[in-house]
Order: sequence, then structure tokens, then C-alpha cells
Amino acid sequence: MGELKVNDKEIVVPGQVLATGMDYLPSGDVFRDNDKLIASRIGLINISGRVIKLIPLRGIYSPKRDDIVIGKVVDTTLHGWRVDIGLAYEGNISLRDGSSDYIETSELSKYYAVGDYVVAQITKVIGAKIVDLTMKNPGLRKLGPGRLMRVTSVKVPRIVGKQGSMISMIKDATDCKISVGQNGLVWISGLEPKNEEKAVKAIELIERESHTSGLTERVKEFLEKK
Amino acid sequence: MAYNKRFDGRKFDELREMEAKVGIIKRANGSAMFRIGKTIALAAVYGPRYASRDVYSRVMKSPNHGVLRCNYNMMAFSGSGDRVRPGPSRRSKELSLVIEKALTPLVNLEEFPGSVIDVFIELPQTDSGTRCAGIVAASMALADAGIKMKDLVTSVAVGKIGDKIVVDVNKEEEDYEDGMADIAIAMSTETGEITLLQNDGILKKEDLIEALNAAKKGCLEIKKLQIKALKECYK
Repeated sequence: MGELKVNDKEIVVPGQVLATGMDYLPSGDVFRDNDKLIASRIGLINISGRVIKLIPLRGIYSPKRDDIVIGKVVDTTLHGWRVDIGLAYEGNISLRDGSSDYIETSELSKYYAVGDYVVAQITKVIGAKIVDLTMKNPGLRKLGPGRLMRVTSVKVPRIVGKQGSMISMIKDATDCKISVGQNGLVWISGLEPKNEEKAVKAIELIERESHTSGLTERVKEFLEKK
Repeated sequence: MAYNKRFDGRKFDELREMEAKVGIIKRANGSAMFRIGKTIALAAVYGPRYASRDVYSRVMKSPNHGVLRCNYNMMAFSGSGDRVRPGPSRRSKELSLVIEKALTPLVNLEEFPGSVIDVFIELPQTDSGTRCAGIVAASMALADAGIKMKDLVTSVAVGKIGDKIVVDVNKEEEDYEDGMADIAIAMSTETGEITLLQNDGILKKEDLIEALNAAKKGCLEIKKLQIKALKECYK
């Protein structure tokens, strides 16, 4: 008979035994070692039925298809642009995916120059090395002036909120334009530096307290404060 | 002369007073501090990041797995004796290597092919057992960086002084003339895997077995502290 050793929503560390016996199933970052289920990284436990899932609290971004990310153009090649999206390997925007215009090879930097930040969408991920990006879907663009902040990518879902509820709350309260990349880069642009500062503080608050409950209320309270 | 009482009055299987803290360096992907007695180790983890910027990682990098790279450094003012000459030395290179080998078996590097995880271990104050303190801190820092691993690595030095096996040797005991052996041990307490075993001295087989058992007990205690420190970070 299997025995559960942790509670729902408990914080676990690598190597911690979560359950014994064959009754429970590992998912995500949980692995099985003979009859034990063990956590492989620091995270929150989510138990649904027989499945034990680990929601990571820390770690670098792992790219997924259709994710929208913010990256920095670091190089131009014969075939397109190389973009740093915070992984060990750079992402690639091919000429065809860069723009719907016809682009001369010599004119690549007229579109995106080295040092520009872009909002791009992932179209293909092969292993850990090859990440293809596109600029051709709605909302994907070169970023203008504003400020960038870096957050842990695993916290991005909390910053965005359910159906974007959290981020639109910040946008409304601070009157800033905000783009959040799944890789943890956030671009903020407002008319007043004070408002930008407030948005940054709100996002920092979410990042710090993302694993606690009642977060939305606290953020709301923070935003209403002068 | 028989060694009946330890210099600092501890029991033979008692560790020095310990302290652990996670997330001390904000800009690192993961970081931790571990203090045991007067020895303090700070560890910072950067990465996984792109690997081909220097010769070392280009040689080591593989399409099948990532590389863990450790750097151990004793600060110039850290020792109880002379000033430590800054920069790499024969000793610090060896220790960087053994720490790397002690951590690698438990870290899941297959996930990041061709990339490198950098671990920097700095020791602002030392009083023996630095490699062990370094491993303990580095292992917490790796966990804090969200890197997948099979278990936390714990480490402690065990010695034989006179006819006694003592856990967590300090500098005074290390330099003691009747000291027979000094063994640094790193292990995973969950799997029982031993990833570091260095013996400096002469030891009987039975003594080694006794030392290993004593080390396991010490490691369990350290692991409890590691877990507490990691969880406290998210309170």
C-alpha cells in the first residue's frame, strides 16, 4: 500500500521522498526510484488524484512551441538573426520569418539591428539547442524605448494571471504598456517614470510572493496605495 | 597520549555549530552560505549558460550532456596563519576538481547539452573542513538555482586522533601530533552514494568503516539544516 509523505502545496527540495509504493504516479519534475517518488528540484507540490506534480519555484526557462518571448538580437547571419532569449543556445529568426517584406541580405540590420529587443514567438524547438522564432504573428514586434526587467521564468504565469487578469490590473493602475515574455523578460513603457517604477515594484512583489495565497488582493492593495 | 577530550569540548560525534542561508547573492541564479564552526563557505551558481566562450568548456562540452564547472577559492585574509596568495594555486585547482567530481554524479546534466553550469565557491574565513563546507554550500546553491538533481550532496570531514574517530575535524585537531588520519567524505544520504572520499593518513579497515558510519550520521544532521535553509527561503 502506497504512502504519501507530503501535503498538497508543500515546498519540497531535491531528493525529498514524496511517496512510497506504486499507488502514486510521478509527473513533471518528480521521478521514480524503485518504489519511491522523489522530487528533483525545489518546488511546490500539487497532488491531483494519484498524480504528484511538482511546480518549480526556481530555474531557467525551458522553451516551448508557441511561447511568446522577449529576446535581444545578438548577431545577424546570412540567413537571419540570432536572438538571445536567456538560454544556453541562441534562438534563430530566419529571413522568411523576420518580416513579410522582401529583405535583401545586406539590409538585415535595417529591420532588426544587433542590440535591439524583440517580441517573438517560438515556432520550433528541437532538443535543447535549436529554437526557431518568428516575427510574423500579430503582436510580435521590435520593442521601442522602455525599461526591461528580468524575473524568474517559472513565475511568469503568476505575473500574467488567469487570462491575463494580473497583468491587465497592473496596466490599468499604472497606465503603462507592458509586454511579458515567457522567458522572464518584462518590458515596461509608460509616460511617467514614476508609473514605470510602480509597475516594476508590483512585478517584484509578485515574484517575491508568488507561492503564497491571496496574492491578487495584496497586489491590488499595493497598486491603490499612493 | 590518549585523546580523551576534544580541544573545543565537543563530543566525539558532535559537529561544530552550523548555520545555513540560501539566496544570499541576488544576481546569481542560485546562491548559498554555509558556516560550520569558524569555516564559512559562500557558493554562487550561474547558468546553465552557453559553453563555447573559453577553451576549457569547449574541450569539455558534449552534445549529450552539460558540464559542471567549479571554482574553489580561499580569500587572501581567510586563513588562521599566513596570508593566502590570491589566484589559482595547485591546492585550489585540486579542490575545485574534487568538488566538481563530488557534485556531478547527483546533478542531472543531460538536460542542458552543450552548456555549462558555473559554481563559484569563496571562503572568507577558514578553520579546516573547507572542501566539505564548500560542497554543502554548492549543493544548496544548485538546488536554489532550480537545477535538477537526484539528491542534495552533504559532506563532512572525519578524522582519527589517537584511538578515537572524531567527526568534523577542526584546525587544531588537524594539526595535532597524534592525529592519524583526516578523511573528507561527501555523500547522498538518500541513496547512500559516496561521491568524495579522500584520506590523508594511515587507517585500518575497521577504522574506515567506523569513520564512514560516523560521517553518515553527521551528514544526516547537515542535510536537515540544508533542507531547512532551502525551505526558509520561501516562507
